Amino acid sequence: MEELSSLMHGFAVVLTPFNLFLMCVGILLGVIIGVLPGLGGANGVAILLPLTFSMPPTSAIIMLTCIYWGALFGGAITSILFNIPGEPWSVATTFDGHPMAQRGRADEALTAAFTSSFIGAFFAVVLITFLAPVVARFALKFGPAEFFAVFFLTFASFIGMGKGSPWKTLAAMCLGLALASVGLDKVTGTLRLTFGHTELLTGFDFLIAVIGLFGIGEILASMESGLKFQGATAKIRMDAVLQTWKKLPQYWATSLRSCAIGCWMGITPGGATPASFMSYALAKRFSKNGDNFGKGEIEGVIAPETAAHAAGTAAMLPMLTLGIPGSPTAAVLLGGLLIWGLQPGPLLFIEQKEFVWGLIASMYLGNVVGLIIVLTCVPLFAAILRIPFSIIAPAILVICAVGAYTVNNSMFDVWLMLVFGLAGYVFNKLGYPLAPLVLAIVLGSKAEESFRQALLGSQGDLTVFFSNWLVGGIMGLGMVMLFWPLIAMVVGKIRGGTKSATA
Amino acid sequence: MHNDESTEDEGPSLASNRTLEIIVALLFLAGSAIVIYDSARLGFGWIEGQGPAPGYFPFYVALAMGIASLVTLFQALRGSFPGGDDSFVSVVGFGRVLTVLIPSVFYVMLIGGVNLGPIGIPGLGLYVASAIFITLFMIFIGKDNPLKSALVGIGIPLTLFFMFEKWFQVPLPKGPLEAMLGY
Repeated sequence: MEELSSLMHGFAVVLTPFNLFLMCVGILLGVIIGVLPGLGGANGVAILLPLTFSMPPTSAIIMLTCIYWGALFGGAITSILFNIPGEPWSVATTFDGHPMAQRGRADEALTAAFTSSFIGAFFAVVLITFLAPVVARFALKFGPAEFFAVFFLTFASFIGMGKGSPWKTLAAMCLGLALASVGLDKVTGTLRLTFGHTELLTGFDFLIAVIGLFGIGEILASMESGLKFQGATAKIRMDAVLQTWKKLPQYWATSLRSCAIGCWMGITPGGATPASFMSYALAKRFSKNGDNFGKGEIEGVIAPETAAHAAGTAAMLPMLTLGIPGSPTAAVLLGGLLIWGLQPGPLLFIEQKEFVWGLIASMYLGNVVGLIIVLTCVPLFAAILRIPFSIIAPAILVICAVGAYTVNNSMFDVWLMLVFGLAGYVFNKLGYPLAPLVLAIVLGSKAEESFRQALLGSQGDLTVFFSNWLVGGIMGLGMVMLFWPLIAMVVGKIRGGTKSATA
Repeated sequence: MHNDESTEDEGPSLASNRTLEIIVALLFLAGSAIVIYDSARLGFGWIEGQGPAPGYFPFYVALAMGIASLVTLFQALRGSFPGGDDSFVSVVGFGRVLTVLIPSVFYVMLIGGVNLGPIGIPGLGLYVASAIFITLFMIFIGKDNPLKSALVGIGIPLTLFFMFEKWFQVPLPKGPLEAMLGY
């Protein structure tokens, strides 16, 4: 039980008044970010990153992760009360959450959503506590070939598990990888793809891409649809909370299933959004009340919320242990760690023990604090949505510009943010996925580095990626993921063929 | 096919999804060509003692991007996308997008100034530019009361100023007004 004593030590690090204060500030900011259109987990954390530069790393990461938890909670509020998903992973929550609110059961729906989010996150944190040290110890044995295999699996998973056109996923991802290679090549010291522009020497910073693609893109999309908020007023009465809590234990099977789906999708880079949809679909199939789904069934709120939070939290596991984030927001947090001089990966668990366990302890505490804050402050957050869009839109643009500027103190980045914003708006409408694009920008240079090191070690022999069971297994799994759309098509055709033959 | 719900109340369609698919696929192909061109300059083979040449990775990435975009382009030209003939954006909708996009471009110009050969305008700094941007946006696009707009427009940058310059000590671009006040 070495983990437990490390965790207790982590709690001791976290439990200072300053850190608890930052935790509350982070959760509040996070919920506001989750509620506002155009600000989400990823770009919200990206924009607020510079605010933490002057803090000690542990305090800074506590605040940033709490912003993330807050954003995860906040998405549910708008989905249920206004039928507007504040975040993509809360789309599935609108299916049953909003009908419940229309029937005057908003407080039940909100309580169920918050509580199941908490359960999902808690499950994932427990998993991280016990699994992360094991994975980190295991990953210490990784060489460049193994690391490249993991990168390959990450990228291939987007193609295999994405729901849109695999060709578009591939194109978006390659664009990210190409953008990542702009600037000084670390291995040979040559300039790549700069075409004589000094602004491009340091390459594209993915934080700019995140702020532009998600923030500005979202504002443009909201503007196009002429967004107007119309929603039910909400107050959470304490007795409704207790009533709902009494009902929740009977849905333990759904909760457990959703936790498992969420953790799996979070660790593999499926992400919170597909996890919430998948969990909703499975709950509908297995539930006794499956026919009531979509009309205001409480189980239809529990399933997606549990899975989304479990996935969002579990995405931290590969980020901490391998340095490979499972979601764009985890990628931004990774960017933060690098800025403070902490290199995520297996060595982090040895060299920065205090930091790692402080962070894990803060995940437990942050979710408890978050649950209390959101349950008590819903009317306040609902009021934010009554601020007219004519104030919100320019204010968010200003905040995005501030965020983009502070990354490198460069005006060029602010222009770049606008370009990324326009691209994000168009890509979103055409079904080019943004998450693999962002992760490719983040991971591109590391993936390339491990690829080149592996090849250098093997004198250019590509079979190095299949030289032992470990690297071969990961690569093989990656290959299956990569060709999954093709496999699914062939299997579908064979099945369709036999069906028509028997009919 | 041409009269889905969004085009009915939003006026005529400006461009179909298919048109945009083709444009974006062509842009991807252009990007791929640029990367391949530069990779060829850097070399994408094997360098003894250094491993794969600097252009190796970008070259194959761009190659994959090019092939993927060609497939998308082909699908779009053949019209095999579901909903390909639906409207990408209506005239009214695009107008609303421009009402944010164009002011944003001017806003960024105001912050840092413009420096295009003969035209050189010094920037006003982020705070003053934000005040102007928010106030005018609220008056002209939000049709808000000018007094309220000015109050919000000054309030937000002022809050930012105290947060960034004072509390968190992260400097943002400043212009003549801040210089006059001694910052």
